[in-house]
Amino acid sequence: MAHHASAAASRAERFAAPAKTTVTFRVNGTNRTINVAPWTTLLDALRVNLDLTGTKKGCDQGQCGACTVLIGGRRVLSCLSLAVMQDGAEVTTIEGLARDGKLHPLQRAFIDHDAFQCGYCTPGQICSAVGLINEGKARSPDEIRELMSGNICRCGAYTAILAAIEEVMANGRAPSGGAAR
Amino acid sequence: MNNFDYARATDVADAVRRIAADANARFVAGGTNLVDLIKEGVARPSRLIDITHLPLDRVEDAADGGLRIGALVRNSDLAWHPQIEARYPLLASALLAGASAQLRNMATTGGNLLQRTRCFYFYDTTTPCNKREPGSGCSARDGVNRMHAILGASEHCIAVHPSDMCVALAALEARVLATGPEGDRSIPFAEFHRLPGDRPEIDTTLRADEIITAVELPAKCFAKNYSYLKVRDRLSYAFALVSVAAALDLDGGSIKEARLALGGVAHKPWRNRAAEDALTGAPATRESFARAADVLLREARGYGHNDFKIDLARRAIVRALTQAAAGTPQSQADKRIR
Ligand SMILES: Cc1cc2nc3c(=O)[nH]c(=O)nc-3n(C[C@H](O)[C@H](O)[C@H](O)COP(=O)(O)OP(=O)(O)OC[C@H]3O[C@@H](n4cnc5c(N)ncnc54)[C@H](O)[C@@H]3O)c2cc1C
Ligand code: SF4
Ligand code: FES
Ligand code: FES
Repeated sequence: MAHHASAAASRAERFAAPAKTTVTFRVNGTNRTINVAPWTTLLDALRVNLDLTGTKKGCDQGQCGACTVLIGGRRVLSCLSLAVMQDGAEVTTIEGLARDGKLHPLQRAFIDHDAFQCGYCTPGQICSAVGLINEGKARSPDEIRELMSGNICRCGAYTAILAAIEEVMANGRAPSGGAAR
Repeated sequence: MNNFDYARATDVADAVRRIAADANARFVAGGTNLVDLIKEGVARPSRLIDITHLPLDRVEDAADGGLRIGALVRNSDLAWHPQIEARYPLLASALLAGASAQLRNMATTGGNLLQRTRCFYFYDTTTPCNKREPGSGCSARDGVNRMHAILGASEHCIAVHPSDMCVALAALEARVLATGPEGDRSIPFAEFHRLPGDRPEIDTTLRADEIITAVELPAKCFAKNYSYLKVRDRLSYAFALVSVAAALDLDGGSIKEARLALGGVAHKPWRNRAAEDALTGAPATRESFARAADVLLREARGYGHNDFKIDLARRAIVRALTQAAAGTPQSQADKRIR
Protein backbone atom coordinates (compact mmCIF):
# COMPACT_ATOMS: atom_id res chain seq x y z
CA MET A 1 0.00 0.00 0.00
CA ALA A 2 2.67 2.42 1.12
CA HIS A 3 4.53 1.55 -2.04
CA HIS A 4 1.47 2.37 -4.15
CA ALA A 5 0.85 5.58 -2.30
CA SER A 6 4.37 6.85 -2.87
CA ALA A 7 4.32 5.81 -6.54
CA ALA A 8 1.06 7.69 -6.94
CA ALA A 9 2.53 10.69 -5.17
CA SER A 10 5.59 10.78 -7.39
CA ARG A 11 3.38 10.34 -10.45
CA ALA A 12 1.19 13.20 -9.27
CA GLU A 13 4.31 15.29 -8.82
CA ARG A 14 5.56 14.47 -12.27
CA PHE A 15 2.29 15.31 -13.94
CA ALA A 16 1.39 18.19 -11.66
CA ALA A 17 -0.31 21.07 -13.40
CA PRO A 18 2.52 23.37 -14.40
CA ALA A 19 3.03 26.51 -12.39
CA LYS A 20 2.51 29.14 -15.04
CA THR A 21 4.35 32.42 -15.27
CA THR A 22 3.10 35.65 -16.77
CA VAL A 23 5.22 37.10 -19.54
CA THR A 24 4.62 40.58 -20.93
CA PHE A 25 6.51 41.53 -24.05
CA ARG A 26 6.11 43.47 -27.27
CA VAL A 27 5.48 41.31 -30.31
CA ASN A 28 5.41 42.98 -33.71
CA GLY A 29 4.77 46.35 -32.09
CA THR A 30 1.90 45.24 -29.84
CA ASN A 31 2.07 44.58 -26.10
CA ARG A 32 1.13 40.99 -25.35
CA THR A 33 0.73 39.15 -22.06
CA ILE A 34 0.77 35.37 -21.95
CA ASN A 35 0.66 32.73 -19.26
CA VAL A 36 3.18 29.99 -19.89
CA ALA A 37 4.93 27.14 -18.10
CA PRO A 38 8.65 27.89 -17.52
CA TRP A 39 9.70 25.26 -20.09
CA THR A 40 7.70 26.80 -22.94
CA THR A 41 10.03 27.91 -25.72
CA LEU A 42 9.57 31.28 -27.37
CA LEU A 43 8.84 29.34 -30.57
CA ASP A 44 5.93 27.46 -29.00
CA ALA A 45 4.66 30.61 -27.28
CA LEU A 46 4.56 32.46 -30.61
CA ARG A 47 2.93 29.63 -32.52
CA VAL A 48 0.58 28.23 -29.88
CA ASN A 49 -0.19 31.05 -27.45
CA LEU A 50 -0.14 33.92 -29.94
CA ASP A 51 -1.17 32.01 -33.07
CA LEU A 52 1.77 33.51 -35.00
CA THR A 53 2.51 30.45 -37.10
CA GLY A 54 4.75 32.22 -39.61
CA THR A 55 7.77 31.26 -37.48
CA LYS A 56 8.53 27.63 -38.31
CA LYS A 57 9.68 24.68 -36.25
CA GLY A 58 12.23 22.74 -38.25
CA CYS A 59 14.60 20.79 -36.01
CA ASP A 60 13.72 22.27 -32.59
CA GLN A 61 17.44 21.81 -31.73
CA GLY A 62 19.20 24.91 -33.00
CA GLN A 63 20.40 23.19 -36.15
CA CYS A 64 18.35 24.71 -39.00
CA GLY A 65 17.39 28.37 -38.46
CA ALA A 66 13.72 27.97 -39.48
CA CYS A 67 12.65 29.44 -36.12
CA THR A 68 14.75 32.63 -36.45
CA VAL A 69 13.11 35.78 -35.02
CA LEU A 70 14.46 39.19 -34.03
CA ILE A 71 14.77 40.27 -30.42
CA GLY A 72 15.63 43.95 -30.16
CA GLY A 73 16.64 43.79 -33.83
CA ARG A 74 19.08 40.87 -33.25
CA ARG A 75 18.46 37.51 -34.87
CA VAL A 76 18.11 34.58 -32.48
CA LEU A 77 16.69 31.05 -32.50
CA SER A 78 13.28 30.95 -30.85
CA CYS A 79 13.43 27.15 -30.38
CA LEU A 80 16.30 27.48 -27.87
CA SER A 81 14.89 30.58 -26.13
CA LEU A 82 12.60 30.21 -23.15
CA ALA A 83 9.50 32.42 -23.25
CA VAL A 84 9.86 33.28 -19.53
CA MET A 85 13.25 34.82 -20.25
CA GLN A 86 11.72 37.29 -22.75
CA ASP A 87 9.72 39.37 -20.28
CA GLY A 88 10.03 42.99 -21.43
CA ALA A 89 11.63 42.03 -24.76
CA GLU A 90 10.77 43.39 -28.18
CA VAL A 91 10.18 40.50 -30.57
CA THR A 92 9.68 40.74 -34.33
CA THR A 93 8.52 37.79 -36.39
CA ILE A 94 7.94 37.43 -40.11
CA GLU A 95 4.36 38.69 -39.54
CA GLY A 96 5.76 42.00 -38.26
CA LEU A 97 7.98 42.96 -41.19
CA ALA A 98 5.45 44.38 -43.67
CA ARG A 99 4.47 48.03 -43.08
CA ASP A 100 1.19 49.68 -44.05
CA GLY A 101 0.25 46.82 -46.32
CA LYS A 102 3.61 47.02 -48.10
CA LEU A 103 6.02 44.11 -48.07
CA HIS A 104 9.42 44.53 -46.43
CA PRO A 105 12.12 45.04 -49.10
CA LEU A 106 13.55 41.58 -48.28
CA GLN A 107 10.13 39.96 -48.71
CA ARG A 108 9.75 41.73 -52.06
CA ALA A 109 13.26 40.68 -53.15
CA PHE A 110 12.69 37.02 -52.16
CA ILE A 111 9.60 37.00 -54.41
CA ASP A 112 11.37 38.79 -57.26
CA HIS A 113 14.31 36.36 -57.13
CA ASP A 114 12.19 33.25 -56.59
CA ALA A 115 14.28 32.60 -53.49
CA PHE A 116 12.32 29.56 -52.28
CA GLN A 117 10.60 26.39 -53.36
CA CYS A 118 8.59 24.87 -50.49
CA GLY A 119 8.93 28.06 -48.45
CA TYR A 120 9.40 26.35 -45.09
CA CYS A 121 12.76 27.95 -44.37
CA THR A 122 11.75 31.32 -45.81
CA PRO A 123 10.44 33.17 -42.71
CA GLY A 124 13.66 32.23 -40.90
CA GLN A 125 15.79 33.20 -43.90
CA ILE A 126 14.13 36.62 -44.15
CA CYS A 127 14.29 37.38 -40.42
CA SER A 128 17.92 36.25 -40.44
CA ALA A 129 18.69 38.52 -43.40
CA VAL A 130 17.12 41.47 -41.55
CA GLY A 131 19.44 40.70 -38.64
CA LEU A 132 22.40 40.36 -40.99
CA ILE A 133 21.79 43.82 -42.47
CA ASN A 134 21.28 45.34 -38.99
CA GLU A 135 24.68 43.91 -37.96
CA GLY A 136 26.37 45.58 -40.93
CA LYS A 137 29.28 43.11 -41.05
CA ALA A 138 28.73 41.44 -44.42
CA ARG A 139 30.30 43.24 -47.36
CA SER A 140 31.01 40.51 -49.93
CA PRO A 141 29.03 37.53 -51.26
CA ASP A 142 31.39 35.24 -49.30
CA GLU A 143 30.60 37.12 -46.11
CA ILE A 144 26.85 37.05 -46.76
CA ARG A 145 27.02 33.29 -47.40
CA GLU A 146 29.03 32.69 -44.24
CA LEU A 147 26.84 34.90 -42.03
CA MET A 148 23.67 33.28 -43.43
CA SER A 149 24.99 29.74 -42.80
CA GLY A 150 22.68 29.38 -39.80
CA ASN A 151 19.71 29.04 -42.14
CA ILE A 152 19.50 25.70 -43.92
CA CYS A 153 17.37 25.45 -47.06
CA ARG A 154 16.36 21.87 -47.79
CA CYS A 155 15.28 22.91 -51.30
CA GLY A 156 18.68 24.44 -52.02
CA ALA A 157 17.49 27.92 -53.00
CA TYR A 158 20.76 29.41 -51.76
CA THR A 159 21.80 31.12 -55.00
CA ALA A 160 18.53 33.04 -55.24
CA ILE A 161 18.53 33.81 -51.50
CA LEU A 162 22.00 35.33 -51.84
CA ALA A 163 20.89 37.37 -54.87
CA ALA A 164 17.83 38.69 -53.01
CA ILE A 165 19.91 39.77 -50.02
CA GLU A 166 22.60 41.32 -52.21
CA GLU A 167 19.97 43.36 -54.03
CA VAL A 168 18.48 44.78 -50.84
CA MET A 169 21.94 45.55 -49.46
CA ALA A 170 22.93 47.28 -52.70
CA ASN A 171 19.78 49.40 -52.62
CA GLY A 172 20.70 50.45 -49.08
CA ARG A 173 17.12 50.22 -47.93
CA ALA A 174 17.17 50.21 -44.17
CA PRO A 175 15.70 46.99 -42.83
CA SER A 176 13.13 47.34 -40.10
CA GLY A 177 12.07 44.77 -37.57
CA GLY A 178 13.26 46.71 -34.57
CA ALA A 179 16.31 48.92 -34.65
CA ALA A 180 19.57 47.35 -33.54
CA ARG A 181 20.16 48.21 -29.92
CA MET B 1 11.23 18.82 -21.32
CA ASN B 2 10.94 18.02 -17.64
CA ASN B 3 9.14 20.34 -15.28
CA PHE B 4 11.31 22.98 -13.68
CA ASP B 5 10.89 26.19 -11.75
CA TYR B 6 12.26 29.47 -12.96
CA ALA B 7 13.80 32.34 -11.04
CA ARG B 8 15.77 35.46 -11.95
CA ALA B 9 18.94 36.22 -10.01
CA THR B 10 19.15 39.86 -8.89
CA ASP B 11 22.91 40.02 -8.28
CA VAL B 12 25.93 37.70 -8.16
CA ALA B 13 25.49 37.01 -4.42
CA ASP B 14 21.83 36.15 -4.98
CA ALA B 15 22.79 33.81 -7.85
CA VAL B 16 25.31 31.98 -5.65
CA ARG B 17 22.81 31.75 -2.77
CA ARG B 18 20.18 30.26 -5.07
CA ILE B 19 22.52 27.72 -6.72
CA ALA B 20 23.95 26.63 -3.36
CA ALA B 21 20.44 26.06 -1.99
CA ASP B 22 19.43 23.43 -4.58
CA ALA B 23 21.82 20.77 -5.92
CA ASN B 24 19.59 20.22 -8.97
CA ALA B 25 19.30 23.89 -9.92
CA ARG B 26 21.24 25.19 -12.93
CA PHE B 27 22.10 28.65 -14.20
CA VAL B 28 20.77 29.56 -17.61
CA ALA B 29 22.44 32.20 -19.81
CA GLY B 30 22.06 31.96 -23.61
CA GLY B 31 20.26 28.65 -23.17
CA THR B 32 21.66 27.30 -26.44
CA ASN B 33 23.20 24.23 -24.82
CA LEU B 34 21.14 23.78 -21.67
CA VAL B 35 17.68 24.14 -23.26
CA ASP B 36 18.70 21.62 -25.93
CA LEU B 37 19.92 19.14 -23.31
CA ILE B 38 16.74 19.55 -21.26
CA LYS B 39 14.62 18.85 -24.35
CA GLU B 40 16.61 15.68 -24.99
CA GLY B 41 16.19 14.51 -21.40
CA VAL B 42 19.96 14.61 -20.84
CA ALA B 43 19.78 17.47 -18.33
CA ARG B 44 16.96 17.36 -15.78
CA PRO B 45 17.24 20.46 -13.61
CA SER B 46 14.68 21.16 -10.91
CA ARG B 47 15.10 24.90 -11.29
CA LEU B 48 16.64 27.34 -13.75
CA ILE B 49 18.26 30.44 -12.36
CA ASP B 50 18.28 33.11 -15.05
CA ILE B 51 21.52 35.09 -14.76
CA THR B 52 21.07 37.19 -17.92
CA HIS B 53 20.08 40.29 -15.94
CA LEU B 54 23.32 40.41 -13.94
CA PRO B 55 25.72 43.23 -14.84
CA LEU B 56 28.37 40.90 -16.32
CA ASP B 57 28.05 42.01 -19.93
CA ARG B 58 31.03 44.34 -20.33
CA VAL B 59 34.50 44.12 -21.84
CA GLU B 60 36.88 46.20 -19.70
CA ASP B 61 40.58 46.91 -19.41
CA ALA B 62 42.26 44.79 -16.75
CA ALA B 63 44.92 46.11 -14.35
CA ASP B 64 47.83 44.23 -15.99
CA GLY B 65 47.17 45.64 -19.45
CA GLY B 66 44.94 42.76 -20.45
CA LEU B 67 41.17 42.61 -20.91
CA ARG B 68 38.37 41.41 -18.68
CA ILE B 69 35.41 39.86 -20.49
CA GLY B 70 32.15 39.61 -18.52
CA ALA B 71 30.61 36.13 -18.40
CA LEU B 72 27.46 37.37 -20.12
CA VAL B 73 29.12 39.02 -23.11
CA ARG B 74 27.54 37.35 -26.14
CA ASN B 75 29.84 35.50 -28.53
CA SER B 76 28.93 37.81 -31.46
CA ASP B 77 29.51 40.99 -29.44
CA LEU B 78 32.87 39.63 -28.28
CA ALA B 79 33.99 38.63 -31.79
CA TRP B 80 33.16 42.10 -33.10
CA HIS B 81 34.36 44.10 -30.10
CA PRO B 82 36.92 46.65 -31.36
CA GLN B 83 39.46 45.70 -28.66
CA ILE B 84 39.14 42.00 -29.47
CA GLU B 85 39.34 42.57 -33.22
CA ALA B 86 42.42 44.78 -32.86
CA ARG B 87 44.31 43.09 -30.03
CA TYR B 88 43.11 39.48 -29.87
CA PRO B 89 42.18 38.59 -33.45
CA LEU B 90 42.91 34.92 -32.70
CA LEU B 91 39.97 34.93 -30.29
CA ALA B 92 37.73 36.86 -32.71
CA SER B 93 38.54 34.36 -35.44
CA ALA B 94 37.82 31.32 -33.26
CA LEU B 95 34.49 32.81 -32.16
CA LEU B 96 33.43 33.47 -35.75
CA ALA B 97 34.36 29.89 -36.67
CA GLY B 98 31.78 28.57 -34.18
CA ALA B 99 28.07 27.84 -34.55
CA SER B 100 25.97 30.36 -36.55
CA ALA B 101 25.19 34.08 -36.38
CA GLN B 102 21.94 33.45 -34.48
CA LEU B 103 23.61 31.12 -31.96
CA ARG B 104 26.51 33.54 -31.43
CA ASN B 105 23.96 36.30 -30.71
CA MET B 106 22.62 34.14 -27.88
CA ALA B 107 25.66 32.23 -26.58
CA THR B 108 27.57 33.78 -23.67
CA THR B 109 31.24 33.62 -22.69
CA GLY B 110 30.44 31.68 -19.50
CA GLY B 111 28.03 29.28 -21.22
CA ASN B 112 30.50 28.58 -24.01
CA LEU B 113 33.12 27.47 -21.45
CA LEU B 114 30.63 25.02 -19.95
CA GLN B 115 29.02 23.61 -23.08
CA ARG B 116 28.94 19.84 -23.01
CA THR B 117 30.20 17.30 -25.51
CA ARG B 118 28.33 16.56 -28.74
CA CYS B 119 29.05 12.79 -28.48
CA PHE B 120 25.98 11.16 -30.10
CA TYR B 121 25.63 8.64 -27.29
CA PHE B 122 25.71 11.35 -24.64
CA TYR B 123 22.60 12.77 -26.35
CA ASP B 124 20.94 9.38 -26.89
CA THR B 125 19.37 8.45 -23.55
CA THR B 126 18.68 4.88 -24.74
CA THR B 127 22.41 4.02 -24.83
CA PRO B 128 25.03 3.57 -22.09
CA CYS B 129 27.20 6.63 -21.46
CA ASN B 130 29.48 7.19 -18.48
CA LYS B 131 29.29 10.95 -18.84
CA ARG B 132 25.49 11.03 -18.76
CA GLU B 133 25.04 8.08 -16.39
CA PRO B 134 28.21 7.25 -14.43
CA GLY B 135 29.00 3.54 -14.44
CA SER B 136 26.77 2.64 -17.39
CA GLY B 137 29.65 2.23 -19.86
CA CYS B 138 30.91 4.03 -22.94
CA SER B 139 29.09 3.33 -26.19
CA ALA B 140 31.54 5.29 -28.29
CA ARG B 141 34.70 3.24 -27.69
CA ASP B 142 33.43 0.40 -29.86
CA GLY B 143 30.74 2.43 -31.58
CA VAL B 144 30.58 5.31 -34.01
CA ASN B 145 33.53 7.39 -32.85
CA ARG B 146 34.41 9.51 -35.85
CA MET B 147 34.12 12.78 -33.87
CA HIS B 148 35.97 11.46 -30.83
CA ALA B 149 39.25 12.02 -29.01
CA ILE B 150 42.73 11.01 -30.13
CA LEU B 151 44.51 12.47 -27.07
CA GLY B 152 43.98 12.31 -23.32
CA ALA B 153 40.99 9.94 -23.42
CA SER B 154 40.36 7.21 -20.84
CA GLU B 155 38.75 3.80 -20.99
CA HIS B 156 35.70 5.45 -19.45
CA CYS B 157 35.16 8.24 -21.99
CA ILE B 158 36.61 9.32 -25.33
CA ALA B 159 34.45 12.44 -25.84
CA VAL B 160 35.81 15.80 -27.01
CA HIS B 161 35.10 19.34 -25.85
CA PRO B 162 33.32 21.03 -28.76
CA SER B 163 34.16 24.70 -28.21
CA ASP B 164 36.12 26.86 -30.65
CA MET B 165 36.34 29.89 -28.35
CA CYS B 166 38.03 27.80 -25.65
CA VAL B 167 40.81 26.68 -28.01
CA ALA B 168 41.84 30.31 -28.55
CA LEU B 169 41.52 31.05 -24.81
CA ALA B 170 43.82 28.11 -24.05
CA ALA B 171 46.43 29.41 -26.49
CA LEU B 172 46.16 32.92 -25.04
CA GLU B 173 46.49 31.61 -21.44
CA ALA B 174 43.30 33.23 -20.22
CA ARG B 175 42.01 32.90 -16.66
CA VAL B 176 38.46 32.10 -15.55
CA LEU B 177 37.09 34.18 -12.67
CA ALA B 178 34.49 32.52 -10.47
CA THR B 179 32.55 33.41 -7.33
CA GLY B 180 31.18 30.88 -4.83
CA PRO B 181 30.00 30.76 -1.22
CA GLU B 182 33.68 30.89 -0.16
CA GLY B 183 34.52 33.93 -2.26
CA ASP B 184 36.31 34.64 -5.54
CA ARG B 185 38.77 32.42 -7.44
CA SER B 186 40.89 32.88 -10.53
CA ILE B 187 41.44 29.62 -12.43
CA PRO B 188 44.26 29.27 -15.02
CA PHE B 189 42.72 28.15 -18.30
CA ALA B 190 44.79 24.96 -18.46
CA GLU B 191 43.24 23.89 -15.13
CA PHE B 192 39.65 24.79 -15.98
CA HIS B 193 38.64 21.86 -18.21
CA ARG B 194 39.65 18.38 -17.08
CA LEU B 195 40.45 15.03 -18.67
CA PRO B 196 37.83 12.28 -18.26
CA GLY B 197 39.90 9.81 -16.20
CA ASP B 198 37.48 7.73 -14.14
CA ARG B 199 35.08 10.64 -13.58
CA PRO B 200 33.94 11.59 -17.10
CA GLU B 201 30.72 13.10 -15.75
CA ILE B 202 32.77 16.06 -14.47
CA ASP B 203 33.86 18.37 -17.30
CA THR B 204 35.57 21.17 -15.37
CA THR B 205 37.06 22.17 -12.05
CA LEU B 206 34.32 24.75 -11.47
CA ARG B 207 32.36 23.81 -8.36
CA ALA B 208 28.62 23.24 -8.58
CA ASP B 209 27.88 26.28 -6.41
CA GLU B 210 30.18 28.69 -8.26
CA ILE B 211 29.26 31.20 -10.94
CA ILE B 212 31.66 32.33 -13.64
CA THR B 213 31.83 36.12 -13.57
CA ALA B 214 34.50 36.84 -16.18
CA VAL B 215 37.34 35.63 -18.34
CA GLU B 216 40.61 37.55 -18.17
CA LEU B 217 43.02 37.85 -21.07
CA PRO B 218 46.68 38.66 -20.35
CA ALA B 219 48.34 41.60 -22.11
CA LYS B 220 50.30 39.37 -24.49
CA CYS B 221 47.99 39.03 -27.49
CA PHE B 222 49.86 37.68 -30.58
CA ALA B 223 47.97 40.10 -32.83
CA LYS B 224 50.39 39.81 -35.73
CA ASN B 225 51.20 36.16 -36.24
CA TYR B 226 48.23 33.93 -35.52
CA SER B 227 45.73 31.67 -37.23
CA TYR B 228 42.63 29.70 -36.23
CA LEU B 229 42.16 26.83 -38.63
CA LYS B 230 39.03 24.70 -38.23
CA VAL B 231 38.54 21.55 -40.29
CA ARG B 232 35.00 20.15 -40.42
CA ASP B 233 32.54 18.15 -42.49
CA ARG B 234 30.98 21.25 -44.05
CA LEU B 235 32.38 24.74 -44.36
CA SER B 236 30.19 26.42 -41.77
CA TYR B 237 27.77 25.67 -38.91
CA ALA B 238 29.50 22.40 -37.99
CA PHE B 239 31.63 21.27 -35.08
CA ALA B 240 35.36 20.77 -35.57
CA LEU B 241 36.91 17.47 -36.54
CA VAL B 242 40.20 19.15 -35.73
CA SER B 243 40.90 22.81 -35.06
CA VAL B 244 44.19 24.57 -34.39
CA ALA B 245 44.90 27.87 -32.67
CA ALA B 246 48.44 28.91 -33.58
CA ALA B 247 50.20 32.02 -32.28
CA LEU B 248 53.82 33.02 -32.82
CA ASP B 249 56.11 35.73 -31.58
CA LEU B 250 58.77 36.05 -34.30
CA ASP B 251 62.20 37.59 -34.31
CA GLY B 252 63.07 37.83 -37.96
CA GLY B 253 62.93 34.29 -39.25
CA SER B 254 63.13 32.57 -35.87
CA ILE B 255 60.52 31.82 -33.23
CA LYS B 256 60.79 33.62 -29.87
CA GLU B 257 57.61 32.16 -28.42
CA ALA B 258 54.95 29.78 -29.73
CA ARG B 259 51.46 28.85 -28.60
CA LEU B 260 49.62 25.89 -30.04
CA ALA B 261 46.22 24.60 -28.93
CA LEU B 262 43.99 22.01 -30.57
CA GLY B 263 40.21 21.58 -30.55
CA GLY B 264 38.15 18.53 -31.45
CA VAL B 265 40.87 16.12 -30.35
CA ALA B 266 40.46 15.79 -26.57
CA HIS B 267 38.19 16.21 -23.56
CA LYS B 268 39.69 19.69 -23.17
CA PRO B 269 41.40 22.22 -25.44
CA TRP B 270 44.73 20.47 -25.96
CA ARG B 271 48.05 22.14 -25.28
CA ASN B 272 51.44 20.51 -25.08
CA ARG B 273 54.36 22.51 -23.66
CA ALA B 274 56.95 20.15 -25.20
CA ALA B 275 55.59 20.90 -28.67
CA GLU B 276 55.77 24.64 -27.98
CA ASP B 277 59.29 24.29 -26.55
CA ALA B 278 60.32 22.45 -29.71
CA LEU B 279 59.39 25.60 -31.64
CA THR B 280 61.12 28.09 -29.33
CA GLY B 281 64.35 29.30 -30.92
CA ALA B 282 63.74 27.27 -34.07
CA PRO B 283 63.47 28.79 -37.54
CA ALA B 284 59.87 29.43 -38.65
CA THR B 285 59.93 26.74 -41.30
CA ARG B 286 57.79 23.83 -42.37
CA GLU B 287 60.36 21.42 -40.93
CA SER B 288 60.12 23.01 -37.47
CA PHE B 289 56.31 22.95 -37.63
CA ALA B 290 56.27 19.27 -38.64
CA ARG B 291 58.62 18.45 -35.75
CA ALA B 292 56.32 20.22 -33.28
CA ALA B 293 53.32 18.34 -34.70
CA ASP B 294 55.16 15.04 -34.19
CA VAL B 295 55.86 15.93 -30.56
CA LEU B 296 52.26 16.96 -29.94
CA LEU B 297 50.83 13.84 -31.56
CA ARG B 298 53.36 11.33 -30.18
CA GLU B 299 50.81 9.71 -27.88
CA ALA B 300 47.81 10.11 -30.17
CA ARG B 301 45.68 7.03 -30.81
CA GLY B 302 42.49 6.42 -32.77
CA TYR B 303 39.48 4.24 -31.95
CA GLY B 304 38.62 3.10 -35.48
CA HIS B 305 36.42 5.68 -37.18
CA ASN B 306 38.55 8.57 -35.96
CA ASP B 307 41.97 7.18 -36.94
CA PHE B 308 42.08 9.72 -39.78
CA LYS B 309 42.16 12.55 -37.24
CA ILE B 310 45.81 11.89 -36.34
CA ASP B 311 47.04 12.64 -39.83
CA LEU B 312 44.50 15.44 -40.22
CA ALA B 313 45.73 17.04 -36.99
CA ARG B 314 49.37 16.79 -38.13
CA ARG B 315 48.60 18.59 -41.39
CA ALA B 316 46.34 21.16 -39.73
CA ILE B 317 49.08 22.03 -37.22
CA VAL B 318 51.66 22.56 -39.97
CA ARG B 319 49.21 24.60 -42.05
CA ALA B 320 48.03 26.80 -39.17
CA LEU B 321 51.62 27.52 -38.05
CA THR B 322 52.55 28.31 -41.66
CA GLN B 323 49.62 30.73 -41.92
CA ALA B 324 50.58 32.31 -38.59
CA ALA B 325 54.23 32.73 -39.57
CA ALA B 326 53.29 34.32 -42.90
CA GLY B 327 50.86 36.73 -41.22
CA THR B 328 48.05 35.36 -43.39
CA PRO B 329 45.52 33.93 -40.91
CA GLN B 330 42.76 31.61 -42.06
CA SER B 331 39.73 33.65 -43.18
CA GLN B 332 36.44 32.61 -41.57
CA ALA B 333 34.41 34.00 -44.50
CA ASP B 334 36.31 32.77 -47.55
CA LYS B 335 37.00 29.21 -46.36
CA ARG B 336 39.68 28.35 -48.89
CA ILE B 337 42.66 26.96 -46.99
CA ARG B 338 45.82 28.49 -48.31
C1 LIG C 1 23.47 23.64 -33.71
C2 LIG C 1 24.59 24.16 -32.84
C3 LIG C 1 25.86 24.31 -33.38
C4 LIG C 1 26.92 24.78 -32.60
N1 LIG C 1 28.16 24.89 -33.16
C5 LIG C 1 29.20 25.30 -32.39
C6 LIG C 1 30.52 25.38 -32.92
O1 LIG C 1 30.75 25.12 -34.10
N2 LIG C 1 31.52 25.79 -32.09
C7 LIG C 1 31.29 26.10 -30.79
O2 LIG C 1 32.23 26.47 -30.10
N3 LIG C 1 30.07 26.01 -30.26
C8 LIG C 1 29.02 25.61 -31.03
N4 LIG C 1 27.78 25.51 -30.47
C9 LIG C 1 27.64 25.60 -29.02
C10 LIG C 1 27.43 26.98 -28.49
O3 LIG C 1 28.60 27.74 -28.67
C11 LIG C 1 27.11 26.82 -27.00
O4 LIG C 1 25.87 26.18 -26.88
C12 LIG C 1 27.08 28.15 -26.28
O5 LIG C 1 28.34 28.76 -26.29
C13 LIG C 1 26.63 27.96 -24.83
O6 LIG C 1 26.46 29.24 -24.23
P1 LIG C 1 25.06 29.66 -23.57
O7 LIG C 1 25.24 30.99 -22.97
O8 LIG C 1 23.95 29.51 -24.55
O9 LIG C 1 24.97 28.54 -22.45
P2 LIG C 1 23.72 27.92 -21.66
O10 LIG C 1 23.07 26.89 -22.51
O11 LIG C 1 22.86 28.98 -21.08
O12 LIG C 1 24.50 27.22 -20.46
C14 LIG C 1 25.42 26.17 -20.67
C15 LIG C 1 25.88 25.67 -19.30
O13 LIG C 1 26.66 26.65 -18.65
C16 LIG C 1 26.12 26.99 -17.38
N5 LIG C 1 26.38 28.43 -17.23
C17 LIG C 1 26.11 29.40 -18.14
N6 LIG C 1 26.63 30.57 -17.72
C18 LIG C 1 27.24 30.34 -16.53
C19 LIG C 1 27.97 31.16 -15.60
N7 LIG C 1 28.19 32.47 -15.83
N8 LIG C 1 28.45 30.60 -14.48
C20 LIG C 1 28.25 29.26 -14.23
N9 LIG C 1 27.58 28.44 -15.07
C21 LIG C 1 27.08 28.98 -16.19
C22 LIG C 1 24.69 26.57 -17.43
O14 LIG C 1 24.19 26.24 -16.15
C23 LIG C 1 24.74 25.37 -18.35
O15 LIG C 1 25.06 24.22 -17.62
C24 LIG C 1 26.69 25.09 -31.24
C25 LIG C 1 25.42 24.97 -30.70
C26 LIG C 1 24.37 24.50 -31.48
C27 LIG C 1 23.02 24.37 -30.87
S1 SF4 D 1 32.61 9.02 -25.21
FE1 SF4 D 1 32.02 9.84 -23.21
S2 SF4 D 1 30.17 10.98 -23.70
FE2 SF4 D 1 30.46 9.52 -25.42
S3 SF4 D 1 29.40 7.61 -24.85
FE3 SF4 D 1 31.49 7.41 -24.10
S4 SF4 D 1 31.26 8.12 -21.97
FE4 SF4 D 1 29.50 8.92 -23.05
S1 FES E 1 13.74 24.98 -35.28
FE1 FES E 1 15.10 26.32 -34.26
S2 FES E 1 16.93 26.00 -35.33
FE2 FES E 1 15.65 24.48 -36.23
S1 FES F 1 12.51 26.74 -49.71
FE1 FES F 1 12.19 24.70 -49.06
S2 FES F 1 13.56 24.61 -47.36
FE2 FES F 1 14.10 26.48 -48.25
